[in-house]
Amino acid sequence: MSSFGIKNEKLAGWNRPPVFESDGEGELLEVAMGPHHPSTHGVFRMDVVLDGERVIKLKPVFGYLHRNHEQLGQTQSYLANMPYTDRLDYFCSLTNNWAYALAVEKLVGQEVPERAEYLRVILAELTRVQNHASTIGFLLQEMGASGTPLMYAFREREKILDLFESLTGSRMMCNYMRFGGCRVDASPAWIEATRKVVAGLPAFVDEFERFLMTNEILMARCQGIGVLRPDLAVNSGISGPMLRASGVNYDIRKVDHYGIYDRFKFRVPLGDHGDIYDRYMVRMLEMRESISILNQALKDLPAGPVMDPKAKIRNFRPKAGESYGRIEAPKGELGFYLISDGSPNPYRYRVRPPSFINLTVLEDMCLGSNVADVVLIFGSVDIVLGEVDR
Amino acid sequence: MLGDGILKGLAETAKNFAGSFVSKERMTTVEYPEERLPLPEAARNFPFLVYDGDDWEKGLRCVACQICEKECPPKCIYIEKSKDKKPDYVGKPQIYPAKFDIDISVCMSCQICVEVCPFEAIKMNTEFELATDDRFGGLLLDRKQLARSNEYYHEIHPTEASEVDARLAEEKAKVEAKAKAAAEAAAAKAAAAPSANTPASAAVAKPQAPVEAKPATAGKAAEIAKAPAMATAASEPKPVPGTGTDGPAPLTAEDQKNAETPAKANAREPKAQGEPKE
Ligand code: SF4
Ligand code: SF4
Repeated sequence: MSSFGIKNEKLAGWNRPPVFESDGEGELLEVAMGPHHPSTHGVFRMDVVLDGERVIKLKPVFGYLHRNHEQLGQTQSYLANMPYTDRLDYFCSLTNNWAYALAVEKLVGQEVPERAEYLRVILAELTRVQNHASTIGFLLQEMGASGTPLMYAFREREKILDLFESLTGSRMMCNYMRFGGCRVDASPAWIEATRKVVAGLPAFVDEFERFLMTNEILMARCQGIGVLRPDLAVNSGISGPMLRASGVNYDIRKVDHYGIYDRFKFRVPLGDHGDIYDRYMVRMLEMRESISILNQALKDLPAGPVMDPKAKIRNFRPKAGESYGRIEAPKGELGFYLISDGSPNPYRYRVRPPSFINLTVLEDMCLGSNVADVVLIFGSVDIVLGEVDR
Repeated sequence: MLGDGILKGLAETAKNFAGSFVSKERMTTVEYPEERLPLPEAARNFPFLVYDGDDWEKGLRCVACQICEKECPPKCIYIEKSKDKKPDYVGKPQIYPAKFDIDISVCMSCQICVEVCPFEAIKMNTEFELATDDRFGGLLLDRKQLARSNEYYHEIHPTEASEVDARLAEEKAKVEAKAKAAAEAAAAKAAAAPSANTPASAAVAKPQAPVEAKPATAGKAAEIAKAPAMATAASEPKPVPGTGTDGPAPLTAEDQKNAETPAKANAREPKAQGEPKE
C-alpha cells in the first residue's frame, strides 16, 4: 500500500491515520460494499476491511459494466464510434462527443466553423452545470438528505436536458458533434430558450447554496474528511474538480485553450483543504463560472454554418498518424488517443477516463475514516461507472 | 447560532413546498399516461423507411445500397437486395430491399443510418410506446412495419421533411433537365446523321446499357427520347445505373460518377486485351 510511488517520508502518513493496525481487541471484519449498494452509482464494489467502524483497508473492484468500448471502437468507422462515446459518461454525453471529435479533428487537421465552436462551448458548459448539480444532489442524498436536494438538482437538470433534446433529439445520448462541426444548427427559438434557462440558473445556485451550504450537519460530516493531499493528487494523475479542490490550479480550459476558451473570461475555483467540503464548494463555484461563460458565449454567438462543408461523413479515412484530444470534462481530463493506419477504423483507440483515474486514490482518502464516510468520500469523487469500466 | 444553517435550509424547502401550490413554474412533474408533454421536433427514437405515394411497397425510397447496414454501430440492420428493379423517384430503375429488418431491441437510436443514407430513405421515428411481451419477434421490425409515408414524416418532423423534399425535387429537376438536354441533343444528332451514328453507338454501347437507359430518361423527356434511345445511351453514358449488385455502392451523384468509371473501364478492358490476342 505505498502511496503510488511517493517516497517522501513526510507524506507517508498524510492520507492515512496514525494507526493502521488493529488494536488487537476484537476481530477485523471484511465487508463487500456493492456491487449493488445504493451509494455506488451503478455497479461497483468496495472490499473494505474494518476494525470496528474504522476502515483499515479498501479495495475498489470494478469491471461489472465493462462493454469492450475500446475494442469496439477499433472495429468500426470513426463516425460509428461517436454514439458509443455518449455511453461512456452518460451524464455528459456532449463533452464526450467533443473530446472525441477533437481527437479526430486533430488527426485530420480539420477546422471547425466559428458558430460550431460557440455551440460546443454552450453545450459543454450546460453539461457541466447539470453534471455538477446532480453530483452535489447525489452527494447530499448519500449524506442522508434523502430526496429533496437531489430532486431540486434534477428539476434544474431536466430543463437543461430538455434543451439538449430539442437540439440533438435525445436527452442523454446526444450524438451531436461531428468531425468538423456539429450535426444540426440551433434555431433562434432554441437560443432563446437557452437564454431563458441560463437566466434562471443563478437563482437555482443561490437556492442550492442557501439550502445546505451552511448546514451544520453537512459541515460536520464533510469538513476534514477524505483529505487528498495536492502532491498525491498530482502524482496519481487526478484531474478536474477533485484536483482543484486540493488547491492545484490546473484547468485544461486554461492550459490548452482548446476550442475557443481563450475568448472567455472565467476564474478557476480552488480549494484549500482537499476535503469533501472543498470538492462540494469547488463544484458550486464552477457552476457559477460556467454560467458566466454561458452568458458570454450566448452574447456573441455568431451566425454562419455549423459544419465545415468540406468535412466528410461517408468514406472517412484519415491518413496514418496519431493524435490525442483532451478537454476539461465535468469530471476531469477526458482524453481520446487515436492511432490511424489509413483505414476507415482506428488502429488503436484509447480513452483516458477521468472517473477511473480519480478513483485510484479512493483508498488513500478513506483509510482511517468511518464506514459511513466511505460512502461520502466516494460520492465526492464523482464517478460514472460507464466511464470507469468502459 | 448553531442550527442556523438547518433552519435556513428548511425555509427553502418550505418555500418550494408552498410554491408548488400556487405557481405553475414549481410544479415540474407531469402525470404521464394521462398528461403528455409534446415531443420536440428533433426527437428521435427508432428509424423508419420513407415511401412516396400510396403503395408502401412500390414507393419505398430505399435502394438497398446497404450503406446504413455497414455503418450502423451495433449492426442491427439486415438487408437483402432484390433480384429485379423498380423505378425510383427520378424514374431510374433501382434495386429495392427484398428484406429490410431492424432489430429495435439492439438499435441504440443514434441516427447514424439517417446521416449516411444518400437517398433520404431512412428517417427517425418518434414513437416510443413500443413495449411488447414478445421479446424476439415483436421487436424485430420488417420493412412493412418500418414503412411510413412521406406525409407521416412531414407530420413528425415538418421542417426537416420540407428540406428533404426540396432537395429531392431539386435533384429530380436536375436529372430531368439533363435527360431532356441529352435527348434533344441526341435527337438533333440522329436527325442530322442517322447513318453515321448507328454503327458507332452499337460498338460502344454495352448490350444492357440501352435497356437501362430508357427508363432513366423517362419522365418528361421520355416521349422525345423514345426513338433515339440507342444514340442517347452511346453519347450520354451518365444515366447508366451504377447501383448494380456488383462493386461498391455509389453515394452521391458525383460519387456515382466516380464509381461508374472503373466499371466502364472494366467493360472495355476485356475487349482491349482480347483483340491483340486474337
Ligand atoms: S442507406 Fe438508405 S438507401 Fe441505402 S440501404 Fe440504407 S436506407 Fe436503403
Ligand atoms: S439508429 Fe443507429 S443503431 Fe438504430 S438502426 Fe440506425 S444506425 Fe443502427
